[in-house]
Amino acid sequence: MKKWLWILCCLPVAGVAADEVYVLRIKDHRFIPAEVSIPAGVKVKLVLENQDSTPEEFDSHALNREKVVLGKGSSTIYLGPLSAGRYPFTGEFHADTAQGVVIAQ
Amino acid sequence: MFATAVIVFREVLEAALIIGILAAATRNVAGSRRWLVAGLLAGLCGSALVAASTDVIGAFADGIGQELFNAIVLAIAVLMLAWHNIWMSSHGAALARDAKAVGKAILEGRSACSALMLIVGIAVLREGSETVLFIYGIAASEGGGHGAMLFGGLCGVLAGSALGYTVYAGLLRLPLRWFFSATSVMVLLLAASMASQAAHFLIQADVITSWVAPLWDTSDVLSEKSVFGMVLHSLVGYDSHPAGMQLVFYVCALSLISLAMRYVSRLQPAQLKKN
Repeated sequence: MKKWLWILCCLPVAGVAADEVYVLRIKDHRFIPAEVSIPAGVKVKLVLENQDSTPEEFDSHALNREKVVLGKGSSTIYLGPLSAGRYPFTGEFHADTAQGVVIAQ
Repeated sequence: MFATAVIVFREVLEAALIIGILAAATRNVAGSRRWLVAGLLAGLCGSALVAASTDVIGAFADGIGQELFNAIVLAIAVLMLAWHNIWMSSHGAALARDAKAVGKAILEGRSACSALMLIVGIAVLREGSETVLFIYGIAASEGGGHGAMLFGGLCGVLAGSALGYTVYAGLLRLPLRWFFSATSVMVLLLAASMASQAAHFLIQADVITSWVAPLWDTSDVLSEKSVFGMVLHSLVGYDSHPAGMQLVFYVCALSLISLAMRYVSRLQPAQLKKN
């Protein structure tokens, strides 16, 4: 019972922290930059800007995130707080070229 | 072409499994088939609409509209599945025993059926809109090979539907005394799995905290990219990197719905005596 109360207490804390913003572009079905370095242990905001005319889906099992970005559109994804490590991601709609990795350090 | 088939298969699989389980669970409810088909068609129309308005939905609420939309849609599905399961636990056994005895329940059955339509519509809508966008992307991109990729997509649809049908046919083969508990457990797990997915979207949108992320990492043992992982993800909500809050949502949905089912089925014998 105590455990559940503790979980409930944690709920309102979410969304309070200020987030650092990182921009990830998609061009010619590739991510630019292909390596995104972020600090470990903090929450960051990743803004996806799709400069292609076709839609793309940012997909990462390691990050537990998936999000569609329309052609010529942009999207926001919140990441972390992550422990130090490498977290690969792909553009699911063009997985052979659209690949990248988030490096938390 | 193969990649296209896999992507479409993944999107179709979940909706197909949900439809398969629900079609089996409601095989004795009058008119349920018509409602299932209506839900499927409404979902397909809805998919095209949602795909066409992705930019509007996505731009809503500072770029997290997509997550909020998914979370709301999932929450509605969880509620409908819960209600459906609770309704079946009070009438399902009677429906199987004697169709005449439950003439009274038909009116209620109609509202349970409209819930059915909503669940199927939502399942198709959620997975369908991404498929529509993906196929649109293929059609809009330059270069050849469109035919092969569209053929791959068609294979994905067929393979996903085939698995959904397998679950349906398998459930129908079960002996009657296991059938109701089997289908209600599966619907229960579907609801819990959707609650966990709703939590996933809310975490991604930064509306709720992840609590502990990841709670475990079993991607080496069973990846969600493998077919077995995908099926398990759709059926019981398997996640190789779940956040702690996803498990909290999962367990809460599971226990609340099963408590309500137990409560309702305990009420039933008393009501039957009165009649």
